[in-house]
Amino acid sequence: MAVHWRTLLTALPLLLSLGTAQAATLHVDNEGEPGSLDPQKSANHWDSRIQKAMFDRLVDTAADGRLIPGLASRWDVSDDGTVYTFHLRDARWSDDTPITAEDAVFSLRRLLMPATANHNANLYYAIHNARAVNRGERAPEALGVKALDAHTLEITLDHPSGYFLQAMAMGEAAPLPRHVLSTTKRWIVPGNTVVSGAFTLGEWHPQSQLTLEKNPAFYAADTVALDRVVMYPLEDTNDAIRRFRNDQIDLSFAQVPSSRIDWVRAQRPDALRTAPWAGEYFYMFNVRDGALADARVRKALNLVVRREIITDKVLGTGMRPSHRFVPEAMSGADGVTMPGLDAPYAERVEKARALMREAGYGPDTPLTLTLRYNTDDDHKKVAVAVAAMWKPLGVTVELYNSEGAVHYAAIKQGQFDIARYGMVATVNDPIDLVGSYAAGGSAAAASGYQNARLDALIEKSAHTANAADRRRVLGQAEQTLLDDYAVLPIFEYVSNHLVSPRVQGFEDNVMDEHPLRFLSLAPPSTPSHSGE
Amino acid sequence: MLSYTLKRLAFAVPTLLVVITISFFLMRAAPGGPFDGERQLPPEIEANLKAAYHLDEPLPMQYLRYMGNLAQGDFGPSFKYKDFSVTELIMQGFPVSLEIGGLAIGLALLIGLPLGVIAALKRNSTIDYLVMSLALGGIAVPNFVIAPIMALVFGVLLGWLPAGGWNGGALPNLVLPVIALSIQQIAYIARMMRASMIETMGSHFIRTARAKGLSEVQVVLRHALRPSLLPVVSYLGPAIAAIVTGSVVIEQIFGIPGIGRYFVQGALNRDYTLVMGTVVFYGALIVLMNLLVDLLYSALDPQIRYND
Repeated sequence: MAVHWRTLLTALPLLLSLGTAQAATLHVDNEGEPGSLDPQKSANHWDSRIQKAMFDRLVDTAADGRLIPGLASRWDVSDDGTVYTFHLRDARWSDDTPITAEDAVFSLRRLLMPATANHNANLYYAIHNARAVNRGERAPEALGVKALDAHTLEITLDHPSGYFLQAMAMGEAAPLPRHVLSTTKRWIVPGNTVVSGAFTLGEWHPQSQLTLEKNPAFYAADTVALDRVVMYPLEDTNDAIRRFRNDQIDLSFAQVPSSRIDWVRAQRPDALRTAPWAGEYFYMFNVRDGALADARVRKALNLVVRREIITDKVLGTGMRPSHRFVPEAMSGADGVTMPGLDAPYAERVEKARALMREAGYGPDTPLTLTLRYNTDDDHKKVAVAVAAMWKPLGVTVELYNSEGAVHYAAIKQGQFDIARYGMVATVNDPIDLVGSYAAGGSAAAASGYQNARLDALIEKSAHTANAADRRRVLGQAEQTLLDDYAVLPIFEYVSNHLVSPRVQGFEDNVMDEHPLRFLSLAPPSTPSHSGE
Repeated sequence: MLSYTLKRLAFAVPTLLVVITISFFLMRAAPGGPFDGERQLPPEIEANLKAAYHLDEPLPMQYLRYMGNLAQGDFGPSFKYKDFSVTELIMQGFPVSLEIGGLAIGLALLIGLPLGVIAALKRNSTIDYLVMSLALGGIAVPNFVIAPIMALVFGVLLGWLPAGGWNGGALPNLVLPVIALSIQQIAYIARMMRASMIETMGSHFIRTARAKGLSEVQVVLRHALRPSLLPVVSYLGPAIAAIVTGSVVIEQIFGIPGIGRYFVQGALNRDYTLVMGTVVFYGALIVLMNLLVDLLYSALDPQIRYND
């Protein structure tokens, strides 16, 4: 017997080395250092990639961004769209404790508690009493969430919500290991972490690298191809590109900057993945007073901006010229567009000049406006180009740039004429963008924009259970905003990622969601791509 | 000497208090807060976040709370990196910055001092001009130009070394950042050493040493070197404090997990506690290094003595 043990021990290093040689390890540039691995404490793109790999939700996201069953194998929705019943599958935490509906109740209550200070809590306000709980006016137990038995969860909404299932697929809605959180304060560090997802936390060296290891207890572990994912928080995109060329990373979630896009297109066309993304780049008008309170001025400024010059000549990163507020690739209504932009350019300029004259501006009464942007090379290029396009109208633009915190604070306080803004949707739903211009929304508060018709349409959408009807109503709301020329849409974002041809299962989608559990790595066929 | 040291350390406390107080209020005076970002938060959510970090209290109250915690050695939680306290972040990053910075300073002394001495002794020769031109180049070309070029040439094109990454501090990962960080220091030290050496070589005690019949090598090693080091030593005090607390440029370009990035990122993110933590740490280090420099003075120059 002793001999056997000794043989086994001698063979162990060999077996282990064979194991690591065959293990599929994906090396990923994850943009930045996670703010927190607790899914309810932080909301960066790069945080949620890790959080979602570790904590499965009742509703999961497929490789192409579609919603699929996760810890809930199915769910029913009442006819009026206000009662959701989730049926949990037989799944276990990584410490072999069963995952129950109570864990989901615990997690949703924690999500809405004021002390958790979750950034996206408002996406769950449709749940009965959620807003009151989040404001500290009701106890968490008052939340409309109930475990009917160990495998059945019932959620009651105050009104139907078009994006409720999407919200349930977000990291913050993941059931959390109640039995660990109640006993361990620091439950999210290596060694203490108990997970439900495809990967568990391996080593974590802050600002250097974080390793995810395949979780054998995951209910669909046999479908997970990767054994290990190493995430690097690279803040410098040039560093990411160098490491990609050096085969140190297989995939970069950072955006390829406009300064490097030509190089990437020429040298690594096989690795550049460009896809429409749910974000809108626009200029916000402060419509409180002055010239911009006049819709004719806003219309004139909109008419003379040639979006395709900015996307194709100024930036060249594949962004799409925008004539509306909700990007085409999102689930907005069809046919919504800002009126007047499809006319030939010369006509648009003539029309704009006439509008400016009507509004009382001309060669003798020139208009001076301040355009603010947050410090960035691309924002500067766009601002300079737009200012040049406004010049024929006799509009003088003073450019003003400041770092992000100052820029957004100034917007919030309404201290601007025109401000650059980038809005990336958290859920694929037009209300995430259009709703910000309704009463109480952040864009309405910042810009001073008010329109009773828009408010009424947004309110109506909240009580429309039928998805197609709701989409149409939100389309009307968007069209109202555009008819008022309340914004100056410039372009729709695209995602630009470097993805090694060896990486499989990476499917382009509008929310730029790429769950690690569906990625795999083909064996290396060509030795290296790093040569020139 | 001991009582002098203790006296200096005692004086450091009010100095640091002033530094902390000024930084605290300056940081809060900057427009924009930690939760001002592209995604504007609904009022109730912002209120929850502010309450979680006590930012809803009046500023003097926040100051007292901060000082109270600091007195117990608690720098508070980071706003941005919520899984760690500021103390933990500094303690995780400092050894890395110390290693890279320490090696860079060591390398700079090893190369810069001999270069400066040779240039001084061969003043106005080809060697002198060559060394001084290189030094001028080293000072003129900034880190953020040299470092990416080095990473591209040695990391990507030649493939001799990793193009970036820390890898637990493995030797190949250290080479490029240490060299990139030391180039400017080599240049400074060489120029400083040359100037100081030229001055020393013209002084009376060197003439006396020569008159005693000592060889030129003995004159340099035994008499000229020590006094010539004084300006370099006084430069090294704050320089070491600055370098071992990390370089944001080098750390970002090579992806090194030091604490240099916290100064800049912390300020941009309005991560108040993180900025305060790094300021206090850096301030304490400067005070300490200056004290060491003063103590080293008396070792180098017998004319400098501190009264007990």
